[in-house]
Amino acid sequence: MRRVAIVSAGMVKVGRHVDKSYKDLFAEAALKALDCIGNEVVPEALIVGNQMSSSLFNQDSFGAILADYVGLTGIPAFKVEAACGSGGAAVYTGYMAVASGLHDCVMVAGVEKETDHATPKVTFALGKASDADYELIYGTSFVGLNALIMRLYMETYKAPREAFAKFAVLMHENAVNNPYAQMRYRITVEDVLKSPVIADPIRLLDSAPLSDGAAAIIMCSEELARKITKDYSVIAGIGMGTDHVYIASRRDLLSLSASLKAAEKAYRMASVGPKDIDVVEVHDAFTIMGIMALEGLKLAKQGHGWKLVEEGVIAKDGDIPVNPSGGLKARGHPVGATGVYQVAEIHTQLTNQAGKMQVPNANVGLAQSIGGAGTIISVTILKRP
Amino acid sequence: MSSPTHITRLAPYREKLIGQECLTCGNIQYPPRKTCIRCGSRNLKLKELPRYGKVVTYTLIYYLPEGYDYIKPKAIAIVELANGVRVFSELTDVKPTDIKTGMEVEAVLRLIKKGGSNEPPIYGIKFRPRIR
Repeated sequence: MRRVAIVSAGMVKVGRHVDKSYKDLFAEAALKALDCIGNEVVPEALIVGNQMSSSLFNQDSFGAILADYVGLTGIPAFKVEAACGSGGAAVYTGYMAVASGLHDCVMVAGVEKETDHATPKVTFALGKASDADYELIYGTSFVGLNALIMRLYMETYKAPREAFAKFAVLMHENAVNNPYAQMRYRITVEDVLKSPVIADPIRLLDSAPLSDGAAAIIMCSEELARKITKDYSVIAGIGMGTDHVYIASRRDLLSLSASLKAAEKAYRMASVGPKDIDVVEVHDAFTIMGIMALEGLKLAKQGHGWKLVEEGVIAKDGDIPVNPSGGLKARGHPVGATGVYQVAEIHTQLTNQAGKMQVPNANVGLAQSIGGAGTIISVTILKRP
Repeated sequence: MSSPTHITRLAPYREKLIGQECLTCGNIQYPPRKTCIRCGSRNLKLKELPRYGKVVTYTLIYYLPEGYDYIKPKAIAIVELANGVRVFSELTDVKPTDIKTGMEVEAVLRLIKKGGSNEPPIYGIKFRPRIR
């Protein structure tokens, strides 16, 4: 396989976009990404990460309708779905397309529009990430699945409730520096612990918000990338894994085994280990997932992730800066787009374009995208060329 | 919305806790699949699971999906049955404040989703505190 580079990224500010449709959001991100590479290179395919186009907007043929909207009709264009991990799965697909030699240049995008609908409708659509026949049928929400895991984690590892709140506080602190973030304001531990209960023990401020957003990246062979720009990053490693959707069947409910599988492949491919990572974007849909995500990447031992929060290790000036973007918690979580945002953010870090979010001397970065409650997980490692 | 045919097809497994025993490695699993999730064997036979167990973890859900907000909060739990198999289910006949992890529970047949204008009601297993 040949080396694959990322040559440009376009992002839309995550938030509630009353005045924009999902097509407008996609177009804004896609055209930004295209404008960065000039007219000489045209993407040969469009791969879109998205979860809920069918549930919320009755739209299948999703790749083709978006391609049409930005003048790309004719090229291969399709949607990749892996629940909230759709964005990471789209990046994985784009990587395969370019690394294999099938295409020299592709656009990988992600888009989700959640705020046009009443919350119960979106809650049901998001719940489809679970086992529809044996979990969703009971009327569980996606938050409920994470809440089951959080209670077990807290009881098993004696993790203090405040540690989870501190994770959320840190994410909000980071998001203040991110012009694309949805929640650019600070919160306190007390705010988290007093916020409404969504699914006990998960509270509102443990949770990522409902979001609209779109992000796009252009991926090329490294050979082509060199001709386009000197500000490119390289996908040094990538991996993906799955676990039982029906969470009661998992060997260990507190191990993100799909992440461990994905990370092991990505680390080996990139010839790096957890200690070599300079900046990370993890999939903290809930504070519990943010903490378990660290364990799933071997940045902490199982049951110890919460200690990294308490010890300041994951702060922007700590040993392992986690989510300088503010993460899903505060950047926001337009589900199928999130994985593309994360890779775009790591790309901007490695090309010194991250502004106030910039982690000094970041040479190796990692993005982790989780679909379901730890069900379908991809890990992408980027390096400077 | 699920189709009436699909609902009927799954009814035996949902209403009676019918799982599978692997005749190769002895693993017992729920819900049924085509292969054993531990050893990969296709040599499986249907097996009714024990009706007693204990709560491994639970949650009380206050913001529910469309079509389910007639019970608030909804108590969802993972129950470990007497033979060690874990199932995902709902708790019933219990005050939310009385629910504890480790609590002994027993399976009962209950309505799990109300019917709608074009949708039949769906029945399935819930768990209530064990009555001795």
